[in-house]
Amino acid sequence: MNLDRRHFLVMLPAAAIAWKYVLAGTPDASPNYTMTDHWWSMLIDIPKCIGCGNCVRACAAENDVPDGHFRTWVERYHVNDWHMEGPEVISPDGGKEGFPAVAQSAGGGEGFSSAPQDEGKYFFVPKLCNHCADSPCTQVCPVGATFIAPDGVVLVDQTYCLGCAYCVQACPYGCRYIHPEKKVADKCTLCYHRITKGLTTACCENCPTGARKLVDLKDPNDPIHAFLKTHYVQVLKPQMATGAKVFYNELDGSVR
Amino acid sequence: MSLTKDAGHLFRFAFLFVVAFVVFLLVRHFVVPKSFGEYGHYRGAAIGEIAARPLHYAGHETCETCHADIAEAKKAGKHENVSCEACHGPLAKHANDPSIQPVKINTTVLCIRCHAESAAKPGGFPQIDPVQHSGGVPCETCHQPHNGL
Repeated sequence: MNLDRRHFLVMLPAAAIAWKYVLAGTPDASPNYTMTDHWWSMLIDIPKCIGCGNCVRACAAENDVPDGHFRTWVERYHVNDWHMEGPEVISPDGGKEGFPAVAQSAGGGEGFSSAPQDEGKYFFVPKLCNHCADSPCTQVCPVGATFIAPDGVVLVDQTYCLGCAYCVQACPYGCRYIHPEKKVADKCTLCYHRITKGLTTACCENCPTGARKLVDLKDPNDPIHAFLKTHYVQVLKPQMATGAKVFYNELDGSVR
Repeated sequence: MSLTKDAGHLFRFAFLFVVAFVVFLLVRHFVVPKSFGEYGHYRGAAIGEIAARPLHYAGHETCETCHADIAEAKKAGKHENVSCEACHGPLAKHANDPSIQPVKINTTVLCIRCHAESAAKPGGFPQIDPVQHSGGVPCETCHQPHNGL
């Protein structure tokens, strides 16, 4: 190839720009992050959840979630004896400010006069987008505004969304809502702006007991692989074949 | 000769179809975003835009670069695995500009969120009845949150 100095000098900056993109990978906002190296999901350890609502508050603060809408929320289940199919479920304001106290025994402790005195078991179930591998919500979008990113995170392109709410109806987990001001679909992004920078999600960062853990199923060194081998883990609504990726440790059969 | 003459109306329609197709391709070229279809049936550039949203929580690793003494003290206590912003709130602005000071924590509200007694919580978790336990005295009067005593 004949390349004189003049052409070489012209091509040098172009080559430099091209090399920058080679090094950066995609998306270009996050250098050194390669989407195909990850397959994100979450592990929720039910016996560790104390229902403090830290995750709900952290999610709202991190993602400017409007009041009354939730990208993650906590439910409290009360299963009385054999009533597996009709558990009493509460989630006051998504569990943002915690839950009303329950007396320690049927006798009733002091200071808990208004608390229910039922027997039975109580437990908390934090919920969020399950980032399904075969997600119903992305399949119904008529304009291609919601999609599964190559790293397994279900995202919404809010500049493309029409706000038709098909996806809100399609999600079997109730994880989507129409943003009251933007009038477009909004949902958990698994804190995509954080995980692409090497940080964990806002909810996992702020969980005081470690009940929520961000996991990368494509990372062979992630503790999730050992955890899945040694624990009884369930996903929500497995019968719907959504490929849900939020794993619940010791999930009770009454949870819907 | 007579073929082109007799089929003239067909050629005119064929020409119209070709023009319509070219117009369709032109409109499509300008209307469909450049990155649409890059990874699938969606706008590929949206991924980068979502990844570029601003942070509010800096992450405990960031806190520990300056507050290493607190991180060290915390290792000795039960709050070892509780990250800084779980109690102190979102402080990415403070991490970027230390002159922005965090708001002082009201421990009577904060500590109760986790430690208020309830049968719904897992049995082993330390819980107190806030009224009986201290009667509204701030928790840090007796307890050291950073080493959890």
